[in-house]
Amino acid sequence: MNPPTILDVRGLTKRYPNADGTLTVLDDVSFSLPAASTCAIVGPSGSGKTTLIGLCAGLDLPTSGEVRLDGVQLGALDEDGRARLRGEVVGFVFQIFQLIPTLTALENVMVPLELRGQNGARPQATALLDRVGLGARLSHYPAQLSGGEQQRVGLARAFINRPKILFADEPTGNLDAETGRVVIDSLFALNAEAGTTLVLVTHDLDLAKRARNSIRLKGGRIIAGE
Amino acid sequence: MTVSHSSLRRGFIGHFCSAWTWRMAWRDSRTSRKKLALFSCSIVLGIAALAAIGSLGRNLEQAIEEQTKALLGADLVINSRDDFTPEESRWLEGLGGEQSREVSFSSMIYLPRTGSTRLVQVRALSGGFPFYGKLDTEPVSAAVDFRRGGGALVEESLLQQFDAKAGDPIRVGKLTARIVGRLEKVPGETVALSTIAPRVYISMEDLPGTGLIQTASLARYRVYFKFGPGVDVPKLVERIRPELEKLHLGHDTVEERKRELGRSMDNLYHFLNLVGFIALLLGGVGIASAIHVHVQQKLGTVAVLRCLGGSIAQTFAVYLAQGTALGLFGAALGGAVGIAIQSALPRVLADFIPFTFQFHTAWPAVGRAMAIGFTICLLFALMPLLTVRRVSPLAALRASFEPVRARPDPWRWLVGACLAGGIAGFALLQGRNWRVGLGFAIGLGVVFGILTVTAKALVWLTRRFIPATLPFTARQGIANLSRPNNRTLSLLLSLGLGTFLMMSLYSVQRTLLAQLATSTSQHRPNAVLFDIQTSQEQAVIALVRSLNLPVLDDTPIITMRLSSVKGHPVDSIMSDRQGRGRRWAYRREYRSTYRDQLRDGETIVAGKWVSRVADGTKVVPVSLEQGIARDLQVGLGDELVFDVQGVPVTTRVASLREVEWRRIQPNFFVVFPCGVLESAPAMHVLVTHVNSSEESARLQRETVKAFPNVSAIDLTLVLQTVDSILGKISFVIRFLAMFTVLTGLLVVVTALMTGRYQRLQESVLLRTLGASRGQIYRILLVEYFSLGFLAALTGLLLAMLAAWALARFVFHAPFAPDFASLLLALLIVPGITVIAGFLMSRGVLSHPPLAVLRAEG
Repeated sequence: MNPPTILDVRGLTKRYPNADGTLTVLDDVSFSLPAASTCAIVGPSGSGKTTLIGLCAGLDLPTSGEVRLDGVQLGALDEDGRARLRGEVVGFVFQIFQLIPTLTALENVMVPLELRGQNGARPQATALLDRVGLGARLSHYPAQLSGGEQQRVGLARAFINRPKILFADEPTGNLDAETGRVVIDSLFALNAEAGTTLVLVTHDLDLAKRARNSIRLKGGRIIAGE
Repeated sequence: MTVSHSSLRRGFIGHFCSAWTWRMAWRDSRTSRKKLALFSCSIVLGIAALAAIGSLGRNLEQAIEEQTKALLGADLVINSRDDFTPEESRWLEGLGGEQSREVSFSSMIYLPRTGSTRLVQVRALSGGFPFYGKLDTEPVSAAVDFRRGGGALVEESLLQQFDAKAGDPIRVGKLTARIVGRLEKVPGETVALSTIAPRVYISMEDLPGTGLIQTASLARYRVYFKFGPGVDVPKLVERIRPELEKLHLGHDTVEERKRELGRSMDNLYHFLNLVGFIALLLGGVGIASAIHVHVQQKLGTVAVLRCLGGSIAQTFAVYLAQGTALGLFGAALGGAVGIAIQSALPRVLADFIPFTFQFHTAWPAVGRAMAIGFTICLLFALMPLLTVRRVSPLAALRASFEPVRARPDPWRWLVGACLAGGIAGFALLQGRNWRVGLGFAIGLGVVFGILTVTAKALVWLTRRFIPATLPFTARQGIANLSRPNNRTLSLLLSLGLGTFLMMSLYSVQRTLLAQLATSTSQHRPNAVLFDIQTSQEQAVIALVRSLNLPVLDDTPIITMRLSSVKGHPVDSIMSDRQGRGRRWAYRREYRSTYRDQLRDGETIVAGKWVSRVADGTKVVPVSLEQGIARDLQVGLGDELVFDVQGVPVTTRVASLREVEWRRIQPNFFVVFPCGVLESAPAMHVLVTHVNSSEESARLQRETVKAFPNVSAIDLTLVLQTVDSILGKISFVIRFLAMFTVLTGLLVVVTALMTGRYQRLQESVLLRTLGASRGQIYRILLVEYFSLGFLAALTGLLLAMLAAWALARFVFHAPFAPDFASLLLALLIVPGITVIAGFLMSRGVLSHPPLAVLRAEG
């Protein structure tokens, strides 16, 4: 039996008004991903990669087309509805880590569960931080952690709500090669354990090869997909 | 699938009340708690002022309630401008109770030891007044000693002025008495009042010895009553009212005094409240500005929370919780500071409060001030906080994403409307008169509006027109005024409003004094001799001339009362409950004159001036001042019958005059033509011009020696007195305006502090690129000086506009700006801004760039 589709994108187009009229960032993009798959989105700067995952996660609405995430049509939800869905099924890893600077590593990881009003956030967050090798740095603030450590906190935060799909936007973009490798290893290991669908935006073709599927974007259009 | 976590489905109130929201707000504030505490200080002084003033108000209310009888010193006072006739005296005695009599009048005193003279209010007293409360004297026995005869109880300020003391002789008219002590306070009277004419009490039995009470002398006669416990005073007054009106006697009861006093204390309290409220509003502006910067720094965190599944309400609740905590902290601190400073207020206002009272903290008033302060703080904070609701989660992915949507936010309009409504509502409540309240709210709105428009215009101009020819540092400094997260608006508002308040108060005071000062200029009358009997007239003129002084005017004054108007007897008009015109206009004693020509400052606005009539004229054509004609509801041709000391004189309104009352000369409601009143008993007023205080002292000394009953007013002394009273009033206002100015400074510091990080980044970058510390200093100097200078200039222009409007429309005086102090303000305000700016930036300049970057990173 085929696994169910977790992400279904149909005719996705995004245009922004600009000084010259309209800028088309994504143009009629369609694809779908089965649950527990891994997919790399690659392409040059300005090809629309980040916009694509932003729309897939319901961070913004498309100009036209539709996104169905875990069976829910995002266009039919309001902002809070989409936020609720993100809290339930989506995890994020950002290029610039995006840890909340005033929160400790532990508190940063606890936030997604706390936002859902879920109990037991602390032991789960402690276990996840331990899992990514930061068991001794629970009470450190982001400014007291190295880039690699910050991104590993970011990974722990992304997995704490057991997401069905994880969007990773250039997760090694701000890291050196060695640190980046450690982070990616942790990402794939956690992903495999949790059976999460992984959507990875990257410039790094070697990294892209670790994903089972890939989508190549250029000028806002898919020029290759496998 | 369905998403059904209870936390996510909660409404905004639910989120706001949830423990996590407050925990998250607390965690999120970790690096900014000191800053947030400093922000909250913006409202502290405003709340403190309102709390202290509120406490004062309650205390005054309570004191009036508790000390009611002491405020009048008696149960009932009956007064008259004429000595009581034997018939009236019998009637008064028949009213019963314990009675005390007083005759008060203005006269000169002479202190032989120092050779000084001064116009005072003499009060000859018999009986036990005050029956309630006491005359505060030093020594205490002096309050009794003067009543035995031969002694005088003299106002403290007078003794200080002439360095006189108990035991010194004092001459009152022909009487030489001994000063028995110092008078500190009279029940129900303010110290400020005594600045004009210090009070001197003597015994009633000494009054004839002064020789000061003669025909047509201006004196007031009072009888104080103390009734037994069984007498209902209001009922008694109701019963005797017809008789009082028939005899032209005035009266005052405890209830009436309480009402009057309550009203004037209420006015004082409401006025002070409005001044305190301005400080609070300015603090609110500071809060809004600081929260704006705080929110801008938190937009990244908000976007991440939204990305991680936080709803709009959830994230907004976190930052609203911070705003609420800030408001609560500010309100609590403001309340505490208010309690600490409230005991100072009675001292500041001592001269304006006619009674002493035990000051205690009025907790409801403090609570009210805290509630008002908290609400204002929250409303101001809400404006920038609403931005949180518009942050897109996409901002977490894209640093370049425009985080706030530009579409209009109805909530922002709602909060704005609540703020405007709240301010106007508060002003209306304080103003009592809705016009005053509305005027205050609109005036404040206009000032805020003009300062805001100026700030926006400055930002717009500096963004577009920075001359390329300017040096680099000047261009950078000016460009800082329009850069993102600039402090231009908050600094212009706080500095501009502070300058406006202080300078408009100062200018009004200047205008009033300048108006009086012109009357002392060369050739203008500046000394007045009055209470001259007709028999003394020529001798006094001779005395003045012998001192080489000009007689600029010699005016006879004849006292009279109206007995009928347009054929209706005054008594029947008074008994007409509907009332026609103003009652006092019918009942008052008219001091009229006769002459053959108009004076400077008088203009005929209707009818024809008649200068002389033939002997035996039956109906005398008179000239009425237009205001009194309005009050009497009479016009040209209407008949008025005056009772001139027992002789009825029928008159017809021949002309209406406009009178410049401010002129230093005797002005009259009714002027008769020559040929009618020459033989009536009169008092004369003589006007001259003295060139120096020495000349004035000589004139007064010689006059008092030769004519003890004649009084002299030296306008230089009046000027000093008015200056002293205005000084006292402006001290009170400045004391409260200081709250606003200090709040303004706090807002300035807050604004500079919130921009510190940005300045730090920029200056570090510039220094890394090779800029010297001198160049950085010059950039900051240009920025802060431009802001301070423009704020001062705008504030000054607004102050001049307000002072001009007050001078023109309220005081009807020529506007007299003081350019030296304006220039000084133009230097001081930018100076303060530059100093505060450099103090806030000292870390930026005193460390190597790398150290600063690490410290801030």
